[in-house]
Amino acid sequence: MSATLAPPSDTSPSGTSAHRRTSAARRSAWLAVSLVVLGLIGVASITFGAREIAWSDVVSALSGNDETLAEAAVAKRIPRTFLAMLVGAALGVVGAVMQGLTRNPLADPGLLGITPGASLAVVVGMAFFGLGSPMGFTWVAIGGAAVAAVFVYVVGSIGRGGATPLKLTLAGAAVSAAFTSLISAVLLPRIDVMDSFRFWQIGGVGGATAERTLQVLPFLVVGALLSAASTTGLNALALGDDLAAGLGERVVRTRVVAALGSVTLCGAATALAGPIAFVGLVVPHACRLLAGLDHRWLLPSCAVVGAGLLTLADVLGRVVARPDEIDVGILTALIGAPVFIAIVRRQKARAL
Amino acid sequence: MTLDDSSRAHSLSAHGVTLGYGDRTVVEGLDLAVPAGEITVIVGANACGKSTLLRSLARLLTPSEGRIVLDGKELHERPTKEVARVLGLLPQSPIAPEGIVVGDLVARGRSPHQRMLTRWSREDDAAVAEALDLTDTASLADRSVDELSGGQRQRVWIAMALAQRTDILLLDEPTTFLDIAHQVEVLDLLTDLNRTRATTIVMVLHDLNLAARYADRLVAMCRGRMLADGAPQDVLTAELVEEVFGMRSQVTPDPVSGKPMVLPIGRHHARVPAATA
Amino acid sequence: MSTLDVVTTGRVRRSRARLLAALGIAVGVVAAFAISLMVGHTFYGPGEVLRVVLGETVPGASFTVGELRLPRAVLALLVGGALGMAGVTFQTMLHNALASPDIIGVSAGASAAAVFAIVVLHLDQGLVSLFAVVAALATALAIYVLSYQDGVAGTRLILIGIGIAAMLHSVVSYLLAGAAAWDLPAAMRWMIGSVNDAEWSTLAPLAIAVLVLGPVLVSQAGNLRLLQFGDDAAAALGVRVERTRVISILAAVGLIAFATAAAGPVAFVAFLAGPIAARIVPAGGSLIVPAGLVGALLVLGADLVGQWAFDARYPVGVITGACGAPYLVYLLVRTNRSGGSL
Repeated sequence: MSATLAPPSDTSPSGTSAHRRTSAARRSAWLAVSLVVLGLIGVASITFGAREIAWSDVVSALSGNDETLAEAAVAKRIPRTFLAMLVGAALGVVGAVMQGLTRNPLADPGLLGITPGASLAVVVGMAFFGLGSPMGFTWVAIGGAAVAAVFVYVVGSIGRGGATPLKLTLAGAAVSAAFTSLISAVLLPRIDVMDSFRFWQIGGVGGATAERTLQVLPFLVVGALLSAASTTGLNALALGDDLAAGLGERVVRTRVVAALGSVTLCGAATALAGPIAFVGLVVPHACRLLAGLDHRWLLPSCAVVGAGLLTLADVLGRVVARPDEIDVGILTALIGAPVFIAIVRRQKARAL
Repeated sequence: MTLDDSSRAHSLSAHGVTLGYGDRTVVEGLDLAVPAGEITVIVGANACGKSTLLRSLARLLTPSEGRIVLDGKELHERPTKEVARVLGLLPQSPIAPEGIVVGDLVARGRSPHQRMLTRWSREDDAAVAEALDLTDTASLADRSVDELSGGQRQRVWIAMALAQRTDILLLDEPTTFLDIAHQVEVLDLLTDLNRTRATTIVMVLHDLNLAARYADRLVAMCRGRMLADGAPQDVLTAELVEEVFGMRSQVTPDPVSGKPMVLPIGRHHARVPAATA
Repeated sequence: MSTLDVVTTGRVRRSRARLLAALGIAVGVVAAFAISLMVGHTFYGPGEVLRVVLGETVPGASFTVGELRLPRAVLALLVGGALGMAGVTFQTMLHNALASPDIIGVSAGASAAAVFAIVVLHLDQGLVSLFAVVAALATALAIYVLSYQDGVAGTRLILIGIGIAAMLHSVVSYLLAGAAAWDLPAAMRWMIGSVNDAEWSTLAPLAIAVLVLGPVLVSQAGNLRLLQFGDDAAAALGVRVERTRVISILAAVGLIAFATAAAGPVAFVAFLAGPIAARIVPAGGSLIVPAGLVGALLVLGADLVGQWAFDARYPVGVITGACGAPYLVYLLVRTNRSGGSL
């Protein structure tokens, strides 16, 4: 499968230093541009919503006032925006790490059944063990994500050719379908938890509060650090396990660190926002065009673009269906599925 | 279909055919007359259009230009089943449904001879039995295809094509994935068929030396065109090999059969320095 | 023993074994159907049930069995049969057990259209079915066109189908979430499939579809059997590949759409029926009829379990989904290990 991702030629030692400097400059420029765009989306997210708000109210709310209705609305939108950015960044990074780890261009935590695994774990926890605190949600979600990830990977990589995109995706789709049934089976007789049902089925950032987000934040930080620690290892893994080992990379350690990082991020993101698919798939593909294949650049870029994409989807969801809202999970699926199809079409049939 | 019918010589030929997939042209303006009762072997570098040509001869691909003619009538205008009673094809990688038994697999070769509601006849059984005997697979009849070795499996597929009792048999690389002993076994079997039943055989082979050994007629293709067509001893020369494969070689008579044998020169090991060879 | 004897006796023995296996499944279907009619809050014996089915008026039983249990059992039977036959057709044609219409998005297309027709357009059952059929065909066509690139590669088609299915599932979620009342039974039916509230009027379109399209699929059984060898090998054996494919896909998509319009996307039945039938029936014959029977048995059995085995009543899709999962994993592992397909 190493053929599906071209080796990161521009990071090879044979590249001249001048070439490396210019590409670093170019990447920094792109990263800066994405940050600016993210900032604009953030402003839009605070400004636009079901209720239309004047610019002066936004400014006054941002400086701490929440007396008028408009200012209160803005004050509610700030944690929501913050949450969308965090979750989007986490999912973008998870997608990049998982695509590098499995050398599979179709890897996405939602499609591979990992977020449904986290959802199922949380739903079971709520229904049978009286789980209620965000802290508890997060631990359980991370556990569920880890179990699902290992499970799907093992099932998808048995047999000839290892974990091909087709086998992994099918294993993921199958496992997601099974998890969805189980989630329904758990929730159906418990109308009391049905309120959260839609949240766990679709995924959204509407119920954000600052306290909850802050409680989950440490998990996101740990996941991000673990992912960051695996970047050079992921670069080597792109050449295939054998070649990476031949280059002196400790393959197993890289895999474990990267897997832990992505599972932690994914579990925490799911605990915060429910299952959101396709962000992890789309963002790394877009970022590879901007930042290249070097994971040291790719991951930060995915974090920024992922945050932007999810926040933008949230804004669109609030604006398009006024006065209702469309959950981000639905919009990301509508945006992501065509990209997914385009990626599949680009692959050679044999590489699938 | 009686035995008399299948022993009648059929003629198959391509006239100025252009073949391709979508916008991509693979074979252009090619003429080929398949000699009845002989073994024709098509050789060429990868992606030169060998398999494409074979598929079009088997009616699997309609030429965008030109005609494929079977017994004086255009192949694509004849009903599929009728063609399938005259012309059999063994594709490169047929799929065996999981768990199917050899006897059942070979029996599927009879389907072109059956109508929707006709019952399985004694003659069908006889054709299957004969195909198993000819390929020496009768002892495997009740075994599952999954359990067979690569060589056995290939013989079973050939048995299926034989049960079809066609006068012309097309094979796309029947020896791929087989070790050298099984390759020779399969090619010997096909030669037996050709000798005893006058079956016309057209096949694509990768190995030039085996092609030269077993072909009555050798067709060499390069980039969708035919470069040579004739008896191996007449056409297989070092110049042809260089033109088709871009590789320098020496061609000498093979001490076993006297047919031509291709020896690559390469950059090392040659006793005559490569530059002057 | 001559080779001819070996061939003849082997063939006769194997076709008899296949027939017996199929009959065995059929007996199971009849039994499950009978139990569905007898069991409930009130138990009615076989005699009473038979009299109701034959049209006699039996106090109490006539309503409970004739108006509640019978439509429900017939719906389960038809849905299972339709999904089973359609599923195995897809699996055979695409040479992959995982390429069933519920995994590659065809069922999702039907269910999204049905939900749209009900929630947004407020249509009645006949029109809903029609809507679902058109949408399922459009989805199948879209998947086919999108995966066309120098011919259709099975793997690409499956992956694109999964992508489309994911998108359509979120459309269904959105339509249901936006529906005025979050009506639980209705929502469940469209998320996961259920035969609750079966009425003769809702199952009439499906019954007609099964009676018309089922025989069409069975007529293609011989050709589909040869398509198992791959397109080229089948064509060489005289199969008109494209024609067979078009007829079979149209019929299978039609069955899926009518079944989905009647009972929602009952999870995993289309996917499971073929592989289970293949395990029961010795290889070599057509699996269309056995898979239809297995599908019917699955839905009837799962509905019985869902209604009576637990404290709460579960729709049939929850049971097929939850029970299907372990089998699915087993199948994935086994398929991947052998490197083969169905």
